[in-house]
Amino acid sequence: MAPRVGIVGIGHIKFGNLSEYDLVDIMAYTATDALRDAGILADRRMVDQLFVANMGGGVINHQTGIASALVSRLGLEPTPAELVENGPASGGSAIKLGYMAVASGMADVVMVVGGETMRKVTGWKATDFVATLGHPEAEYGMGLTLPAFGAMFARLYMERYGVTERDLALVAVKDHANAARNKYAHVQEPCTIEAIHESPDAHVVNNYVAEPLRLYSVCPVSDGAATVILVNMDSPKAAAFRHPPIRIAGLGSATDTHCVHNRKDPLHLDAVRLSAEKALAMAKLTPQDISFAELHDAFVVLELAIAEEVGFYPRGKAVEAVRRNENAIDGKLPLNTSGGLKAKGHPVGATGVSQVVELVRQLRGKAEPGRQVKNPRYGMAVNFGGFGNNVVAIICAKE
Amino acid sequence: MAIDDLEKKLRPPADPLKPYPAKMITLANGKTMVVREASREEVGVLLGTIYPLLGCPKDFYDIVAARMYSEILAWYRYRVANEFVLVGAVDGVIAGIVNSRQVDPSLGMSLHTLAVDRGLRVGAQLFAAKMEHHIDVLGEDEVLVVAESPIGFKRWMIEYELEDRSAGYPAVRHELGGVPTYALTRTLWEKHRRNKCTGVRPVPPEILATADKLRMPAEYCQLPGFRRE
Repeated sequence: MAPRVGIVGIGHIKFGNLSEYDLVDIMAYTATDALRDAGILADRRMVDQLFVANMGGGVINHQTGIASALVSRLGLEPTPAELVENGPASGGSAIKLGYMAVASGMADVVMVVGGETMRKVTGWKATDFVATLGHPEAEYGMGLTLPAFGAMFARLYMERYGVTERDLALVAVKDHANAARNKYAHVQEPCTIEAIHESPDAHVVNNYVAEPLRLYSVCPVSDGAATVILVNMDSPKAAAFRHPPIRIAGLGSATDTHCVHNRKDPLHLDAVRLSAEKALAMAKLTPQDISFAELHDAFVVLELAIAEEVGFYPRGKAVEAVRRNENAIDGKLPLNTSGGLKAKGHPVGATGVSQVVELVRQLRGKAEPGRQVKNPRYGMAVNFGGFGNNVVAIICAKE
Repeated sequence: MAIDDLEKKLRPPADPLKPYPAKMITLANGKTMVVREASREEVGVLLGTIYPLLGCPKDFYDIVAARMYSEILAWYRYRVANEFVLVGAVDGVIAGIVNSRQVDPSLGMSLHTLAVDRGLRVGAQLFAAKMEHHIDVLGEDEVLVVAESPIGFKRWMIEYELEDRSAGYPAVRHELGGVPTYALTRTLWEKHRRNKCTGVRPVPPEILATADKLRMPAEYCQLPGFRRE
C-alpha cells in the first residue's frame, strides 16, 4: 500500500511586480520560507528531491537549468532536482510528481517550488510568450492569445447560459475582496460593483481588454513564487516537522485536444472534469464534500465553467450561485478564497503551487482574519494548463 | 509684494488660460476622485507630495518627480508661461498630479503625469483630463507628448495611437528634450475620448468641498516604509 502524502511546509512571496529580482532568488525566498515553516531550515538536507515548476525561464528570463540553479542557491546539493514545464499547470504537475516520488517510496521529503518572473518584459511580450502554448499553426500562428481564447469562450458561455457582464463583474468583486485581505496577493485593492459596472465612469475604469472581457475580467501579469514541502506521513521522518501534515487526499490529471477547435463543444472542459473525477474518486469524496476551492480563473468566466465541470453546479448554473453570493468566504461554497488568479495574480509557473499553499493555509486555519473559511475539511485546487488541454486537480484534507 | 523692473523682465507675459471645470470620477474601488485645477496657492502641498518620489527610481518616478517639481516651482515663481496643473484628490488626499503648458492657442505641450496612487488608473484618468483641457476647454488643435517611461509609452503613444513626429526633428520637438515627439491631434482625441476620458460634471458642492483643502499622502506604495509624520 502506498504511503500517505502530506504537506508540512509552505512558503510564498507577495505576488506583483518583482522585476528587479532574479527568478531563482524569489524561488529560493519561498523555499526558505517553507523550510522555516516546516521547522527544518537547519536540517534542510532532509529534502530528498526537488521539483521546480516554471514555464518561461528560458524564453522570458533567458535562463535555463533553473532546478540546478535553485538546488545550488539553497545549498542542497547533491539532492536530485528536476524542472517541470507544463504550461500554466506546471505547478500542479510538479506537485503531482512530488506526490508520485513519495508514494513510490523513492523519496520521503520532497520540495516543490513554482516560480515565474513575467514582468521583466512588456505585457505584450508576456502575452505573446503565454500564447506559445497554443497550436503553432492553427492557433498561435493565427494570432490567438489567451485573452482572445478567454473572450471567445466567454462570449459563447454568456450567450448559451444567459450570463451577463454584471455577473462576471460580481465574480471579480468577490475575488478582489478576498485578495484585499491576502498578504500575498498582487492586487490588494477591493473593487465595487457600482464602480466597475454601474457608474457612468465604469466603461473607462473597467475598459474592454478583449470584448466581452474587461480589465476586471482578466488576471494581471504577475511575478511570484510559492513552495510546498511534501512528506511521507507514514515515515518516522514525519515526526520532525513543526506542523501536522495536511494530507493530499486526491490527485488527478487529464488532457484534452491541443487545438480548442477540435473539441466537440468548446465550452466543455473535459480535462477539468476528468481530473476532478479522478481526484474525487481517489479521495472517496463527492463534489458536495469540498469545503472550498481554488479554481484557475485566469479569466473570471473560467471560475464559473470550472466550478460546473468539477461538479459543484450543473452546467450553466454556477452563475446563480454568483448572484446569490454563495461563493464568498462566508458563503455556502467559498471559491478562490485567495483572490484567485484574478486578483492574487498569475505568475504561471507558480500558480498551481500557490493554489495548494492557499489550501494548506485555510485547512490549518491560518488565513488572515476575514478571509478564513469556517471549519474547512477538504479543499480543492484546479490548475488549468493551455486553454484546458492539460489540467491537474488536487484535494487536500485536514486530518 | 513690489516687483522690481528686473523681475518684471524675467516673468512671462500674463496670459490667463480658460479654467478647467472640475469633475469627479468613481474609481474601481468605489472611491470618488475629484479632478480639478490646482491654484498657485497650493504649490506647497503639491511640491510636498512630489518630493519623496525624487528618490524612487522604479518606473522612472525619480525623473518624472524631479522634472515636475521644477516645472511647478517655475510656475509658482513665474518662470514659465501658460502652465496649468490638474490634481486628482480622493477625500482631499492627492492621488495624482498632471501639468502641461499652452504654447499658443493651437498647440499644447504636455509636461508630466505623476500617479501617486497606483493600480486604479489614476494616471490614465489624469492624463485624459489634461488632454481634455487642452483640446476641449482651451480649444487647441493638437498636443505634443513625450514619454519617459515604458508605462507612459504604452499608455499614451500606443493606446491613443499618437502620431510620431520624430521625423520632423529638430524643427518639431518637444520642450522636454530630444526624445521622440508624438502628437495627439483633435482627430485622435475625438476617436479615443469616449473610451479614455470620463467624469461627471457638475461636481456636487459637498463632494467638491472634500478637495478644497488638499493634503499630502501619508504613505506611498512606491516607497515601502515611508510614512509622513
